[in-house]
Amino acid sequence: METEKLKDIASQVRRDIIRQTHGANSGHPGGSLGCADLMTALYFGFMKHQPEKFDMEGKNQDVFFLSNGHISPLWYSVLARSGYFDSKELATFRKINSRLQGHPATHDGLPGIRVASGSLGQGLSVAVGTALSKKMNKDPQLVICLCGDGEMEEGQIWEAIMYAGSKKVDNLLAIVDVNNQQIDGSVDHVLPYGDLRPKFDSFGWVVLQMDGNVMEDILITLNKAKALNFQGQPVVILMKTEMGQGVDFMMHSHKWHGVAPNEEQTKNALAQLRETLGDY
Amino acid sequence: MEKYTLSDRKDTRSGFGAGLLELGKLNPDVVALCADLTGSLKMDAFEKAFPDRFFQVGIAEANMMGMAAGFAIGGKIPFTGTFANFSTGRVYDQIRQSIAYSGKNVKICASHAGITLGEDGATHQILEDIGMMRMLPGMTVINPCDYNQTRAATLAIAAYKGPVYLRFGRPVVPVFTPANQEFVIGKALTFSEGSDVSVFATGHLVWKALEACEILKAKGISAEIINIHTIKPLDTAAVIRSVQKTGCAVTAEEHQIHGGLGDTIAHVLVRHHPVPQEFVAVQDTFGESGTPEQLMIKYGLEADNIVAAAEQVIQRKKLELSHS
Repeated sequence: METEKLKDIASQVRRDIIRQTHGANSGHPGGSLGCADLMTALYFGFMKHQPEKFDMEGKNQDVFFLSNGHISPLWYSVLARSGYFDSKELATFRKINSRLQGHPATHDGLPGIRVASGSLGQGLSVAVGTALSKKMNKDPQLVICLCGDGEMEEGQIWEAIMYAGSKKVDNLLAIVDVNNQQIDGSVDHVLPYGDLRPKFDSFGWVVLQMDGNVMEDILITLNKAKALNFQGQPVVILMKTEMGQGVDFMMHSHKWHGVAPNEEQTKNALAQLRETLGDY
Repeated sequence: MEKYTLSDRKDTRSGFGAGLLELGKLNPDVVALCADLTGSLKMDAFEKAFPDRFFQVGIAEANMMGMAAGFAIGGKIPFTGTFANFSTGRVYDQIRQSIAYSGKNVKICASHAGITLGEDGATHQILEDIGMMRMLPGMTVINPCDYNQTRAATLAIAAYKGPVYLRFGRPVVPVFTPANQEFVIGKALTFSEGSDVSVFATGHLVWKALEACEILKAKGISAEIINIHTIKPLDTAAVIRSVQKTGCAVTAEEHQIHGGLGDTIAHVLVRHHPVPQEFVAVQDTFGESGTPEQLMIKYGLEADNIVAAAEQVIQRKKLELSHS
């Protein structure tokens, strides 16, 4: 798909994020907006997948896991817009009897989701298990896992990083959303753990970096990553993003991590985001 | 009624190891993960026979549980192996979110459960694991009583689709159930019929209950001994049927008094057929170092304790009858 078309879709995805969180009067718009370009690129450009025929195993498809489950409104938007379910269902986000739980879940069979996430640090381990299954099954596709940079504070993440590097799980692509924000402030303020690059590198990963809010850079780097996979090492992309990207008053702060916009803020935000696919 | 004969003495963990090796031959989808306890879990035979389906994850149990969920997504039937303590309490949130809530077909196989782990002491002697696991929606909880039953259970859980907690132990204990039994998940087994008291026992306490049955018989007391190998889903009908006949119950388990088999049975009794119940279990304390035999005596998990509980509950039943 053309880069400009992907940018159009990302704008609609951002509208969906604002409208979902406003509709639910809760949720996590900040990180969702920051990762909107990446997720659009994955679901509409990069990944080989079958939205209309979702199956749990994802045989001969790229399988995606969202470890930082709180950016669910973003995931629900790209799933719906790429055809996993009707985008009208986005209106049920976080409401009673909905399949669109506050954090992603398989409990009600929402197509596109393979494991619950939300309690942080667990997704990469699951991705490693599925990647190993794909290897056993001689399945040539990738397993992709998105994590947050705050999530890197969880111990389990490092267990998974250690395992994947030492056991050469080379069909695994991890992406870390480096927005340097978490609930209580910047990562540098809360727990300044330093540069991720040498850490991944020393555990045996190939490390790439990209600007997660520049569509051209995302597409180039994803393809570069794919070319580096299947060569004896897992690959990680350290993806610099701006939390709240696309909505001026939500940027440059951690404050919109988990706060929904009110009526006026929603109007203001939507005025900054083009409607390209039609609101749900 | 089920037949039983004392035939040998073996550890239940070896029953798991034997069952896992058989499964390896029977089902190419079975994979095994272990957190640096391959010998202790008796998974070495599987590792040797199926090196491509064995995953050494190191001392990283949280990652192991997540990986197991990932294998289940990939169409495999993962069996995780570590001590019961590290299979439950250490990884409760991983099991809760990635396995139970997500409905993953993971078999959590836990050795060295309970106080008979022995000399390593209370840090390793988990006595709360049945409680934790049975609270999780959709989790099946199995605690077999001897080598043969553990082997059969290992085979049976592979054929069942859904998360399972399989609990077994370290010490060498009597083998008394048949070698080639069929294990039916959720079906209680009556090893001795009786009319005065129902004894519901699980794990290592089943043999102790059968010993208690002989002592009681010599005292003129007719005890019904029922093996509850599956604590969840519980064979509620079998429990009710037995207490309707006997009018009182004793539960026996190598677990805390809170959260385990005793609570599970009590829940059925209060809802369906209220009768007096006594609990043979660890009485809300942690364990300590010692030989398994010493610990079973000190913490009141012997045949004599079951006899005393049976006599006490029969007294309570008589008192209640005389009041009514």
